Amino acid sequence: MNIAQQQDKAKALRADIVKMLYHAQSGHPGGSLSCLEILMALYYNVAKVDPKNPKWPERDRIVLSKGHACPALYAVLADKGYFPREDLWNLRQFGSHLQGHPDMQKTPGVDVNSGSLGQGVSIAVGLALGAKYKQESHKVYAIVGDGEIQEGLVWEAAMSAAHYKLDNLTVILDNNGLQIDGSNDEVMSIGDPVEKFKAFGFECILVEDGHNTQAIVEALNRPVSGKPKFICCKTHKGNGVSFMTDQAGWHGKAPNEEQYLEALKELGVVVNG
Amino acid sequence: MADKISLRVAYGEALVEQGAKNNNIVVLDADLSNATMTNAFAKAYPGRFFNFGIAEANMVCAAAGMAHSGLIPFVSTFALFGAGRAYEMIRNSVSYVGANVKFGLSHSGLCVGEDGGSHQSIEDIALMRVLPGMTIFVPCDPIETKKAVAAALEIDGPVFIRVARPVCDNITQADTPFIPGKANVMRSGNDVAIIATGLMIPEALTAAEALEREGVSAAVVNMHTIKPIDEDCILQMANTCKAVVTVEEHSVIGGLGSAVAEVMAGKSNAGFARIGIQDKFGRSGKPAKLFEAYGLTSGNIVGTCKALLR
Repeated sequence: MNIAQQQDKAKALRADIVKMLYHAQSGHPGGSLSCLEILMALYYNVAKVDPKNPKWPERDRIVLSKGHACPALYAVLADKGYFPREDLWNLRQFGSHLQGHPDMQKTPGVDVNSGSLGQGVSIAVGLALGAKYKQESHKVYAIVGDGEIQEGLVWEAAMSAAHYKLDNLTVILDNNGLQIDGSNDEVMSIGDPVEKFKAFGFECILVEDGHNTQAIVEALNRPVSGKPKFICCKTHKGNGVSFMTDQAGWHGKAPNEEQYLEALKELGVVVNG
Repeated sequence: MADKISLRVAYGEALVEQGAKNNNIVVLDADLSNATMTNAFAKAYPGRFFNFGIAEANMVCAAAGMAHSGLIPFVSTFALFGAGRAYEMIRNSVSYVGANVKFGLSHSGLCVGEDGGSHQSIEDIALMRVLPGMTIFVPCDPIETKKAVAAALEIDGPVFIRVARPVCDNITQADTPFIPGKANVMRSGNDVAIIATGLMIPEALTAAEALEREGVSAAVVNMHTIKPIDEDCILQMANTCKAVVTVEEHSVIGGLGSAVAEVMAGKSNAGFARIGIQDKFGRSGKPAKLFEAYGLTSGNIVGTCKALLR
């Protein structure tokens, strides 16, 4: 995909995310819209995956540790062909394989359960250790939220990733600056995540525009050796929908019909039902 | 096997023995390998031993990731810091997904002794028992500990092995069956059934002998698997005997006593009592002194049985 195509794809996926949440009438739009380009950089550009063979042993593992943002993951997985796009409209419904938080036993393409914050990063450490032990060359990516790094477990995981020199592990921060109760700084200051991960022994890269897929791809492709990689992506919560952008109030709230139609209009999508 | 070793030494030896047969077995510890006795495995297979430092939550989730990679991790630390501190990690990262992680959690119950109440895990069985898909073994001697490790490897899913600290005699034999979910009746009797687990088995056997001298016929059941619990055996005991007494080195809330009560409720008119830690915390002292103070003795078992039969 060229840059224009990636941007069109991002708009279409954002529309899918908003539509899913409208149908579910629950879920987390803000963080889903902020991490979309990170997922796109991985699934469309960098990661080795095979939608026809979701459990392909040589695939790269992608852990959405901020599991509440799974609408973005589901939209991408459906677009990649892991399951029919129509399934998206059953998000969070009884009997749907699309659970409120990612479930590896139900959804094709989901590598790891997540959503209990902090645990995904730590599981990713285990996946990376497992790959090293078995001398497998696939890579492991963990996407974390900035509120999530308030969990001490993230730092236990970071410590162990550096200790075991997991250069097959990349931790990507969706740094939108907001969490449920307000800004990170109001709730519990996280300081400078890049400096913190550097101090924990990571090779760190700052991506100033975390909605520039190409910039994320370049950061992902930068080689490291002997240490794990950390990429801080500066993003906007609710990005792409003007009234959701940078609003903590849109962390975990579904749009009503009026908001839904307004969002789709902004994203240039014609509603057909 | 030497007769007098601790369950934790048996656990360490079992890991080395099983590790020789299966390269996928890896062992994780949290800076306690000299106490959990996984140091034997670390020495035998340094490339398969992973120390996570004093960070149990990370160790548990990383174990889940390793299990997803096809490995069979044995997570080893003290019961309080595994089942307790890392509880929600065991629930969400392991049990919820049925990850093939084994927990060999040592220093359970009051037998930690001098370390005191902060380190005496009296709730680990209760915590693990409410997790769907979790298998729970409470071995009573070194031989049974080794069998529990072997049996855990036959199960595709999470298993908790409760490894007590003290040195103790073997009371089971090499050829005693160890079938998960199938209790061993160590002694038959038809007045009272003493259903015990772990370190309480010797006390139960001593109590049964004392009762016999007083003309009371007591059965002793070794409930080495707390989950899945052997319902058939419990109901058979409850139907043959006038009373059932459970004995555990654990809180009477949520452990063996609760599990047996849940099976008997509505299905048996037998008298019933639970011996264990009666909803209080432990404290420092020699294990024998603590067992006495908390009623974990053959004497208390005898008295409780007789009171029920009166």
